[in-house]
Amino acid sequence: MELELSSDQKLFQTSARRLLEKEYPLDRIRGMKDGEPRWSRDWWQQGAELGWAASIVPEELGGGSVSGEGVRDLGVLAEELGSGVAPGPLLPVNVVLTALVETHGAGPDHTAEIEALVAGESVASWAVYEPDGEWSPLAPALTATPDGDGYVLDGVKDRVQEAEQADLLLVTAQTPDGVAQFLVPTATEGVTVTPQWNVDLSRSFGEVSFSGVRVGADALVGAPGADEVIERQLQIAVLIQCAEVCAVLDRVFAMAVEWAFDRYSFGRPLASYQELKHRFADMRTWLEACHATTQAAAEAIQDRSPEAAELASVAKSFVGDKSLLIVQDCVQIHGGIGVTWEHDLHLFLRRATIDQALYGTPEDHRLRLADLAAATPKG
Amino acid sequence: MTETMESVESFRLRARAWLADNMPRFDEEAENAEVAEDDTGDWLRARELQKLLYAGGFAGICFPKEYDGLGLTPAHQRAFNEESAGYEMPLALNLPSFAICAATILDCGTEEQKRDRIGAAVRGEEILCQFLSEPSGGSDLAGLITRADRDGDNFVINGSKTWSTSAYAADWALCLARTNWDVPKHRGLTMFLMPTKAPGVTMNRVRMVNGSLEFCDEFFDNVVLPASAVVGEVDGGWAVASRQLFHERNSMGGGSPFVSGQRQRGGMSHVTPADIAEASGRAADPRVRAMVGHSIAMGRVAQQTARRVTRGIASGALPPTAASLLRLLHAEYAQLNDDLSVRIAGSRIGFGSEGGQGATGRASIGYLMRQGGSLGGGSTEMARNVISERVLGMPREAALDRDVPFNQVKRGR
Repeated sequence: MELELSSDQKLFQTSARRLLEKEYPLDRIRGMKDGEPRWSRDWWQQGAELGWAASIVPEELGGGSVSGEGVRDLGVLAEELGSGVAPGPLLPVNVVLTALVETHGAGPDHTAEIEALVAGESVASWAVYEPDGEWSPLAPALTATPDGDGYVLDGVKDRVQEAEQADLLLVTAQTPDGVAQFLVPTATEGVTVTPQWNVDLSRSFGEVSFSGVRVGADALVGAPGADEVIERQLQIAVLIQCAEVCAVLDRVFAMAVEWAFDRYSFGRPLASYQELKHRFADMRTWLEACHATTQAAAEAIQDRSPEAAELASVAKSFVGDKSLLIVQDCVQIHGGIGVTWEHDLHLFLRRATIDQALYGTPEDHRLRLADLAAATPKG
Repeated sequence: MTETMESVESFRLRARAWLADNMPRFDEEAENAEVAEDDTGDWLRARELQKLLYAGGFAGICFPKEYDGLGLTPAHQRAFNEESAGYEMPLALNLPSFAICAATILDCGTEEQKRDRIGAAVRGEEILCQFLSEPSGGSDLAGLITRADRDGDNFVINGSKTWSTSAYAADWALCLARTNWDVPKHRGLTMFLMPTKAPGVTMNRVRMVNGSLEFCDEFFDNVVLPASAVVGEVDGGWAVASRQLFHERNSMGGGSPFVSGQRQRGGMSHVTPADIAEASGRAADPRVRAMVGHSIAMGRVAQQTARRVTRGIASGALPPTAASLLRLLHAEYAQLNDDLSVRIAGSRIGFGSEGGQGATGRASIGYLMRQGGSLGGGSTEMARNVISERVLGMPREAALDRDVPFNQVKRGR
């Protein structure tokens, strides 16, 4: 994604790759059984020691980034872990941290939770999707009704990543004062987590029901109506997705190119057929464009540019669409072996499929772009 | 070189103030008016504007000081481009004059050629064009058959060229001709600087399906050029042409540092999908909004990729042939826009709006030229060959003329 990395960023990358390959090489991921935990808390804690949950958190809250530009470092890390379709709560933990850091000082104090998440002692996930809903974080059906000093939560969330292993959930809920977010321990009475089938072998998701769940006012994250915090969470989620998909595409494309050179038919390598060469040229172009738009989004989100929302949607809509085109064409070029269990391709296709689906589909983001453009004066 | 370079920010602020005091504001209505057959006035205007920029010290930002440029960086040029939005700029001089021809002369010309031609172009006195393609061949440029025969100290040129962009408005052309027929095709070519009004040059304008007359064809009947007109080496013209093709791909994809100013609206035509949605009364339809968003995203991605690839080529992270990535992506963007325009206009495509041609009419005409962006500046098929063979290292296409003396190569009639 980034054209040039500093030596600190490279070190950050290498240490992440080592920890991933030591515990979760592709063969182990391929062998994962239904119901088996996708990752161990011990492993995640080792990752946290390397800074996997620290880069977007200020130093005074226990965080810190290797380059001083934490959002971009997070992109670099997501790319490195994505190239091995890593398991683990990288996306959910960093998205929840985004909310906690953005609202720090503007509502109930969550310093202890932030520090535990940064240290990898605690794991959190964003409960935002609902069973009947497409991407619409500002229109939750789950309600938080004021009750005495606190609130009562009722409703159902689904597609909550790593819900079974999470200690805390960031729940997006409707209150009389607007949409609000609550930090709710999964152990709270009335919270039930049910595993949900998903196609990605190294991720797990759960449906979470909230039935008369009582939380104190100190569970609030910021204040109701803080839509810009949710926007920031979305941007961070999209960046992590796009960065890891860039890495997925690098891997898949490299496999297909190598295959095209090695595989001979009719006495010549596949790479010599113009029909295939031209498809490779298209894919190579889209690959560069995926990196370019992801990098541009990372810069804009890092800088909190007024264009950050637009550039996040540009990246997600483009990378989401092209990633599936590229991976599926690489499968086609591999021939029958590309749809076998033994081949690595499907591990990457699984990740790309889920990543384009969540936090706004490419089409959702195109609609958002049209709306953002209509809201901006021409010129 | 002890002089320190002005910072981009300081340059930007100076440009902002100067533009506000000196450059005319961009007139959107004039821009949207239908293209006049005779645009001589537009070209005179472009020269005037260039002279204005030169007088103000904002011309030739990335050309060296020795040739009347400013010797600054692409970052300075980008800052200037951003600041110049909303002002009338001599955009017509960007391509091919500055970004392809002057850039190539800078790479390959003699000191005299650089001083005379680049200087005059930067000062707004002259315009450059290219005499490359020929009626006998499209993608196979090196198979051209215009001949340049030695006559004492001179060369005598005979043959014909086509697809010369805005040659009618130009003063000088980079003309590629065959000087040696006994060697393989790439090794017998020579590049010349030819005055477009030289005795023996006959020029016609080619009418395109959208009514554009920007292209010309030329016939050469014993055009005499001195030896000092040779750019690069005699029989070494392919090296020069390769630089032109590189600069062309680079600028088509938005990666050239010699392009000054930016189009007021993105895309190939002046009508955007959002305009068409508006004119068709469909701007609120979610299907239409998704298409408008698609166009916005692709336009942004094309810009972002141009910036990344340009930086990558400059730093060596990408090979120079990676400019073809930009060429290909830009063609995809242009086609996508035309296709989205048709779908957004719905049942109104093919018809005028607003009591005349209107946005839907312009979209219809634009659609007739849909393939233009995939043909001009080398077809996308050639770009795909370059990317697969030169960027990815895949085997080259078989060619029956490889290493064969050109006079033994089969040609069509």
